[in-house]
Amino acid sequence: MKFNVYRYNPETDAKPYMQSYDVELKSTDRMLLDAILRIKEMDDTLSLRKSCREGVCGSDGMNINGKNGLACITPISSLKEPVELRPLPGLPVIRDLIVDMSQFFKQYHSVTPYLVNDTVAPEKERLQSPEDREELNGLYECILCACCSTSCPSFWWNPDKFVGPAGLLQAYRFLADTRDQATNERLDNLEDPYRLFRCHTIMNCVDVCPKGLNPSLAIGKIKEMLVKRAV
Amino acid sequence: MVKRIVVGAHYGLRDWLMQRVTAVIMVLATLVFAAFFVTHLSMEFEDWQGFLSFQAIRVLTLLFFLSLFLHAWVGIRDILMDYVQPVGIRLTLQIATIIALVSYALWTVSILWRV
Repeated sequence: MKFNVYRYNPETDAKPYMQSYDVELKSTDRMLLDAILRIKEMDDTLSLRKSCREGVCGSDGMNINGKNGLACITPISSLKEPVELRPLPGLPVIRDLIVDMSQFFKQYHSVTPYLVNDTVAPEKERLQSPEDREELNGLYECILCACCSTSCPSFWWNPDKFVGPAGLLQAYRFLADTRDQATNERLDNLEDPYRLFRCHTIMNCVDVCPKGLNPSLAIGKIKEMLVKRAV
Repeated sequence: MVKRIVVGAHYGLRDWLMQRVTAVIMVLATLVFAAFFVTHLSMEFEDWQGFLSFQAIRVLTLLFFLSLFLHAWVGIRDILMDYVQPVGIRLTLQIATIIALVSYALWTVSILWRV
């Protein structure tokens, strides 16, 4: 199977280049990550992040034939050859397929991604009705792989100011949580021409999310909450 | 001055909402205009004059263009915020946009009440 892989080692390379590989696959190789590990057997200088190899840890997000995704849950059979592998777009490359995610996590941290509730904790747990819990489905599953935010042009242009789809999905996850008490502060934090309103609903995020989540819908609901609060 | 990223202007909702509302107004006005033009296929100068002599049509046309300019303001400003990073150039372009759009609005009024 033929691959074109983005290579860049800032210590030795003046600039990035594409390297071609022709790799023999075994019958047990199902996912793209299996194939990449075969490449790594041939050329162990190729660097990438991976861990759980089953789409749970979010480490091996990369640009596969022009579309962001997780190598470990992308079936080899779905790929057109030569498979072009690049690092996630818009973030600084540390080496080969490894990007510096600091900016991404900075935005994630900026939305207070944890429950805020100052009342005395009950003896067992804070309960929710099944209907209230239902609202969190499609939000809590995010694994922060950054496929969505790095496919978003608004995040490319303003990564330091725009929270990005992943961060906004998590922002709504806590806005939607009936146990959270900081709704107003959260909305204040987001009501900003850059932080929230850089989203122009082009839905690249929805298109690429490997977990099938819908950040655009969550962003729409944040805007709806802001409208309800204001008018 | 230290280079710090300052963000948190706490506005944006009004502009976002305005863009949606003005879009709806433009759709409704377009439907009214389309209905008129379909029923009056050959428009001569006198027809245009007659059409625009109705006060209601004048007001609707003005509403359409004001919506268009407000809509354009939000859209153009969004483009400038996305793609023009130096603050000085962005502010200059935004001021130029405001001047252009306000001029268009005044021009629209003068055209509508001249015929």
